[in-house]
Amino acid sequence: MTSLAFLLPIALGMGLCGLAAFFWALKRGQFSDLDGAAARILIDEDEDEA
Amino acid sequence: MTAAARLVGTEAAPPIHSVFSVPGMHCAGCMGKVERSLNAVPGVTSARTNLTARTVEVVHGEGVETPDLIAALAGAGFEAQPRVIAEEAPSAVKPLLAPLAVAGFACMNVMLMSVSIWSGAEGTTRDMFHWISAAIGVPAIAYAGKPFFSSAFAALKRGRTNMDVPISIGVTLATGLSVYETVTGGAEAWFDGTLMLLLFLLAGRALDAMMRDRARAGVDALLRQAASGAMVVEADGTTRWTAAAALAPGMVMRVAAGERLAADGVLVRGASRFDQSLLTGESALVAAKAGDAVHAGTLNAEAPVDVEVTAAGTDTALAEIARLMEAAGQSRSAYVRIADRASRLYAPAVHTLAALTFAGWMLAGQGIYHSLVIAIAVLIITCPCALGLAVPVAQVVAAGALMKRGILVKDGSAMERLADVDRALLDKTGTLTLGRPVPDEAALDALSADEAAVALALASNSRHPLSLGLAQALAAREVRAAVLEDVAEEPGRGVTARWQGRRVTLGRPVAAEGMATALDLGEGPARVIGFADRLRPDAIEALGELKALGIECSILSGDGIVAVSEVARQTGLTARASASPADKQQNIASLQNTGRRVLMVGDGLNDGPALAAANASIAPGSASDVGRQASDFVFTGESLMALPRAVRASRRTMRVVRQNFVLAIGYNVLAVPLAMAGLVTPLIAAVAMSTSSLIVVANSLRLQGAAR
Repeated sequence: MTSLAFLLPIALGMGLCGLAAFFWALKRGQFSDLDGAAARILIDEDEDEA
Repeated sequence: MTAAARLVGTEAAPPIHSVFSVPGMHCAGCMGKVERSLNAVPGVTSARTNLTARTVEVVHGEGVETPDLIAALAGAGFEAQPRVIAEEAPSAVKPLLAPLAVAGFACMNVMLMSVSIWSGAEGTTRDMFHWISAAIGVPAIAYAGKPFFSSAFAALKRGRTNMDVPISIGVTLATGLSVYETVTGGAEAWFDGTLMLLLFLLAGRALDAMMRDRARAGVDALLRQAASGAMVVEADGTTRWTAAAALAPGMVMRVAAGERLAADGVLVRGASRFDQSLLTGESALVAAKAGDAVHAGTLNAEAPVDVEVTAAGTDTALAEIARLMEAAGQSRSAYVRIADRASRLYAPAVHTLAALTFAGWMLAGQGIYHSLVIAIAVLIITCPCALGLAVPVAQVVAAGALMKRGILVKDGSAMERLADVDRALLDKTGTLTLGRPVPDEAALDALSADEAAVALALASNSRHPLSLGLAQALAAREVRAAVLEDVAEEPGRGVTARWQGRRVTLGRPVAAEGMATALDLGEGPARVIGFADRLRPDAIEALGELKALGIECSILSGDGIVAVSEVARQTGLTARASASPADKQQNIASLQNTGRRVLMVGDGLNDGPALAAANASIAPGSASDVGRQASDFVFTGESLMALPRAVRASRRTMRVVRQNFVLAIGYNVLAVPLAMAGLVTPLIAAVAMSTSSLIVVANSLRLQGAAR
């Protein structure tokens, strides 16, 4: 039973951290351009001005 | 990143954020080019593209003007328009993401508690778990349920009911009962089931909203078709770039060849021909000389002209069409979605069952508390969890399949409406036809290799519609452009240049019928290349398939009788020519009055009111912004086969939706007797709810191949 006293707050705390992280990302516009985020990795920074 | 250092010294003035729409941006390479070209403009702090919305946000100092940035983008090969912030509709998904996350978090945590209760926790452990569940569950239900509560409240206030009413009643009663059980140390709390219900329903809502958002990204806002500004000539002869909103009657705009007019006006200097096809559907260029009236949204095809503004902004012919459209959307707003129609039958049935159960157990002498618990169990088990998923999941899967085939679906109700359509009206210019002049194949075949190379080189130096068509056709034949010197375009006459010491011209032929251009290489007779607006390649086949689907087609065009009858002869359809935007709208209304459900297919500004008035509408991707905005579906590519494909996919989707309803209601038929008998526990409710939802989702996934 005593283990529950630790495990419950830890589990809930971790869950809340995840929730907070999601809200933070939502607020910062991380979900505003999902297609662009996928394509951005392919941008070649060293490409000459064409 | 490197541009950040460039803005030293301008910190005093706050940076300006400008947003441009860049419709041509569609890959990582484009994004890189757009951002690099803007960062290279002095005074620009940063540029960040958004591929989903096809926009770029530029942060810059005061010295940077809109035309500079547009010129920089044009230099990189991208057409761009400044975006008016007010046009931006809010995202439909975003307000649902936070409730979805909260419901997911709370559902998982409460379910952990519930598992230990189901596996036999008792006494104080069970009470503590119930209390923790309540602490998480009650605020989470209040927050995540808000979209349903507010929608149900709005419906009830207008004396109507929708799917959200039974959901809200079920959720509220279940939460109340669970809190009561927790406080009194009872055996069963329903927080887990309630949260799972909200999670599934929110997932359905979010999917529905996501589909709308995704399609909206490809569709631009109204009135953007008008050039968003013009070079205004001052009294002293200087020119100044003025935004469309600031144009006032009396100003004189200088309009270069290839530009669109920003306002209605009267030609005061010069003469040119104008492409009005988006405004009237007319395919031939219309000549205008000093004193003639010209309209906003038309394209100046040939020579630079000065136009005195007579009406701007809300007074233009364009704005008149927008007003017609606003009034036209009635058949759309009167449409009741299938999920709401189902709930009209479903909600009363469920509530009667719950009331009967309560009355039955009371009569059996079980006391208020026990009867109430069983009645609420009935409400929870019948809460339309699978019903809430039945429609959106099927529609999202089908919309994804259609999108892969180049058909954008604006929203789910569009598919429901398209599935019912039994009559189709098609615009001619730009819909049945390609909407641009295509050179005669035989004339191109007759050109020698040299002639073709010179023709391409000359055509690529002009923005005249015929030159653009010729250049495109020759490029498609893999002709390489010849090297020319001293290229000059003489407005209204054509392009001249020197090639291997000879004078070559591409211009208006001396005598020719219809649209044509003459290529003169300085020796031998000039080659005359005829142009015509041709039918889309598989138009006939597509019309045949529509007929096979039971949809009667006819042409409804704003173009003249001669051009229309030619296309009518080729397609074998009946036709109506010279229809004004209001005529088109009336035509649809009279068909609707005879009980037909009408599909409108069109592209122009003049089709806007008709597209908005029809039961369902489809526009090609080449359509005007107004056309794309007013229609439910937008197809990219040249093939008209998109029409039968969209109809077939919509009908299949509705079949699957109905199957889903049968599955969801079938589950209720099995579960409700158990609930009424008082045999349902929270565990059974949770299992039944997720199983039925999974079955409905699995059935919907069969639609992945719906767009074949």
